[in-house]
Amino acid sequence: MINYDLVVVGGGPAGMAAALKAKECGVEKIVILERAETLGGILEQCIHTGFGLHYFGEELSGPEYAARFIDLVKETDIDVKINTMVLSVNDDKVVTAVNTVDGLIQIQAKAVILAMGCRERPRGALQIAGTRASGIMTAGTAQKYVNIDGYMPGKKVVILGSGDIGLIMARRMTLEGAEVKVVCELMPFSGGLTRNIVQCLDDFGIPLRLSTTVIETHGKERLEGVTIAQVDNKLQPIPGTEEYIECDTLMLSVGLIPENELTKQAGIELDRITNGAVVNEMRETEVEGIFACGNVLQVHDLVDYVTLESQIAGEGAARYILGKNTDEKVYINTTPENGVRYIVPQKVNIKSKEDVKLYFRVGAIYKNKKLTVEVDGNILSSKKKVKLAPGEMENVVIPASVLATLNKNSTIKVRVED
Amino acid sequence: MYDIAIVGAGVTGAMTARALSKYNLKIALLEKCNDVAMGATKANSGIVHAGFDAAEGSLMAKMNVKGCAMMPETTKKLNVPYKNNGSLVVAFSQEEDEHLKSLLARGKANGVPELKILSKEELLKLEPNLSNEATSALYAPTAGIVCPYELTIAAAECAVSNGVEFIRNCEVKAVNTDAEKITLETTQGAIEAKYVINAAGVFSDDLARMAGDDTISITARKGEYFMLDRSVGDTVKHTIFQCPSKMGKGILVSPTVDGNLIVGPTAEDIDDKSNVATTNSGLNDVRKYAVKSVPSVNTRNAITSFTGLRAHAAAHEFIIGISEKNSRLINAAGIESPGLTSAPAIAEYIEDIVKRIFPDATVKADYDDTRKAPVRFRHMTDEERAELIKKNSAYGRIICRCETITEGEIIDAIKAPAGARDVDGVKRRTRAGMGRCQGGFCGSKVVEILARELGCSINEITKFGGNSNILFDKTK
Repeated sequence: MINYDLVVVGGGPAGMAAALKAKECGVEKIVILERAETLGGILEQCIHTGFGLHYFGEELSGPEYAARFIDLVKETDIDVKINTMVLSVNDDKVVTAVNTVDGLIQIQAKAVILAMGCRERPRGALQIAGTRASGIMTAGTAQKYVNIDGYMPGKKVVILGSGDIGLIMARRMTLEGAEVKVVCELMPFSGGLTRNIVQCLDDFGIPLRLSTTVIETHGKERLEGVTIAQVDNKLQPIPGTEEYIECDTLMLSVGLIPENELTKQAGIELDRITNGAVVNEMRETEVEGIFACGNVLQVHDLVDYVTLESQIAGEGAARYILGKNTDEKVYINTTPENGVRYIVPQKVNIKSKEDVKLYFRVGAIYKNKKLTVEVDGNILSSKKKVKLAPGEMENVVIPASVLATLNKNSTIKVRVED
Repeated sequence: MYDIAIVGAGVTGAMTARALSKYNLKIALLEKCNDVAMGATKANSGIVHAGFDAAEGSLMAKMNVKGCAMMPETTKKLNVPYKNNGSLVVAFSQEEDEHLKSLLARGKANGVPELKILSKEELLKLEPNLSNEATSALYAPTAGIVCPYELTIAAAECAVSNGVEFIRNCEVKAVNTDAEKITLETTQGAIEAKYVINAAGVFSDDLARMAGDDTISITARKGEYFMLDRSVGDTVKHTIFQCPSKMGKGILVSPTVDGNLIVGPTAEDIDDKSNVATTNSGLNDVRKYAVKSVPSVNTRNAITSFTGLRAHAAAHEFIIGISEKNSRLINAAGIESPGLTSAPAIAEYIEDIVKRIFPDATVKADYDDTRKAPVRFRHMTDEERAELIKKNSAYGRIICRCETITEGEIIDAIKAPAGARDVDGVKRRTRAGMGRCQGGFCGSKVVEILARELGCSINEITKFGGNSNILFDKTK
């Protein structure tokens, strides 16, 4: 058994930011366990720009954004173990992992930060009928083939789902000479960022068909085509709207699922909407000393927010390890209402001495509405919004001065209003 | 020239090859696809049937009951997971209650041990998640579950280790028979053998016809399935059948040996013997009928869906023996359910025929009817894992996160006798890519490992042979 103060599971943007913040706050022995060959996580294959506008005030590519943190990690004495897969984390904070160099490792940690990221929803979950031909893959897998391996996974492409990776890959495949025939989106709106729809589809004349899905795949060996159809307001295909589209590749960008298998193993409660852990304002889970941040906690729209969230978790872990968590704790739940799907953090310590930022997403497209925060029945704030979309994360601040006035029966509600 | 060429490396062909590999005979196992177990064997329910379905006195009934009895020992020798979970045929009406009695009587006549009828109370106590509409059930404690392709892969490995030559991508296009031999014109050139065993599944009538035997007619009967996530794998403990109809045994709900829940199959006769596409209507039927016996089955938990083709002979009877039209052809045709269960018995049955044809064939001194257990990292204790990685560090690199499959296991699968040559072959042998992300993360790594181990470029790697390439040219 090896001892560390802090074990960070995952060396992507979340894990690195959390580890760096914990170091800055005075934690001594920290190790980052990363399953891939390098630090950086999924950013390494995101060679497009658009990262860092909020955090660095400049536009970086994914690898550039990651490199800034990798360089910072290297300047510290934070240990990094790459090619290392964590097999389990238990509620006593014993982390079991394997790699080719150390073999099987067991680490006793004082605190653990879970930063495993998320994975793409696969075909099986969609239950598309048809053949099992090759050429059906998630957009992220295709992105790896193109950007890391340097091979084309297809030439005539249909994309199902308008998540950000799908949109980015529509542009990427076009630039590499492939023909992207259409992007189909089941919902009446896209789950991707508006800027990506404009820059990746509109600028290249790629049609986005809303309320449309793929109902069948064709081709016995390599994919030869798909049948698409419009869907009604119950998301069921409308007979008579079927259309055959010839293609050799179907890319799926139909949602991301936080990778919480380790979290579940550790007996940590998950939020049914976010599929991430239930956390307090320091991103501490229901198991004391185990924190979660980044896409394993909630799927973010921008990496900049991952970084900010992970710094909170890093600071929270540091306070826990260094015994600075002496403040009295009185938790109340945050409540999403009317149009707001979830709120992270799910609970807030009203004895917190700092402002608390609540992050959330709305469930549909709204235009000219207000985002209202109600505390103990009083309107704390009500901000006018020209547009609210499920693809973009929103946030509101609860000032420490307001928290100081609350009691254990207080309520914090966030909703969309006229 | 081979003494025997076996055409078709499904469970029948592979188990037969294993049984015959004990003799000093020159044997080839020919397969038109890039791997073993690519036809009906790949996509079926994985049930070891007790043997009450087949008609009394039929060869099917004999093979079924014998195969069921042989399966525990066979799977033990081949180190293939097998579970004796028992099966229940559930009745939902007085009429079906009566039908169960006839099944019981037939089962007893077929020699199925321990069969009994359970009352509704007994049934629901045994399987609390069954529908409250159930009225009674036929309980067969000897039934079990096995992974059909794992059994086949293991049998082929065993056969090849004992000297059988496995020739893949070898499709028979024409057959010529003369006084001394039978010549198969194949996509791998001409192959001569003294005798041919026809284990060609849905294509066994076509092969027989090429060899001058037009007495067999096989219909491809399609069955569609859902495979549900392990989180609902313990919904039922037994294999739950509904009362059989003319088209088969109806929609079943069963745990699999790998801990998933399988739901299906439909039954639809089709013309195209290579059509394994799922359909919206078929999958809807599975959804609709599965909840009749187990109301909590929810295909939202599906990790994948698939279609299999049964090789249905008009008489619904196994056709096993020397062809009346060509004495160099030994048919093993019409092997549909309970073909998987029967495979060990069918192999022995064919072995007896071969012994009569080659009375002087001696048994190899070094014949070994076992297959060594493959490394299964996910089933090991931490101590065993630590030891394993010390010996070979490739077992310390996890490739498939969902199923915890190491690089070492994937390399083993490729290097094994009759080993994997494509992504699906690796998946069937190791489970890499079979979990909840369905290869999203590990798929590209498996492609890399295959290319490295096979000494080719990654765009030559296929999903399952043929033109199922995964990658095209290099990027700009």
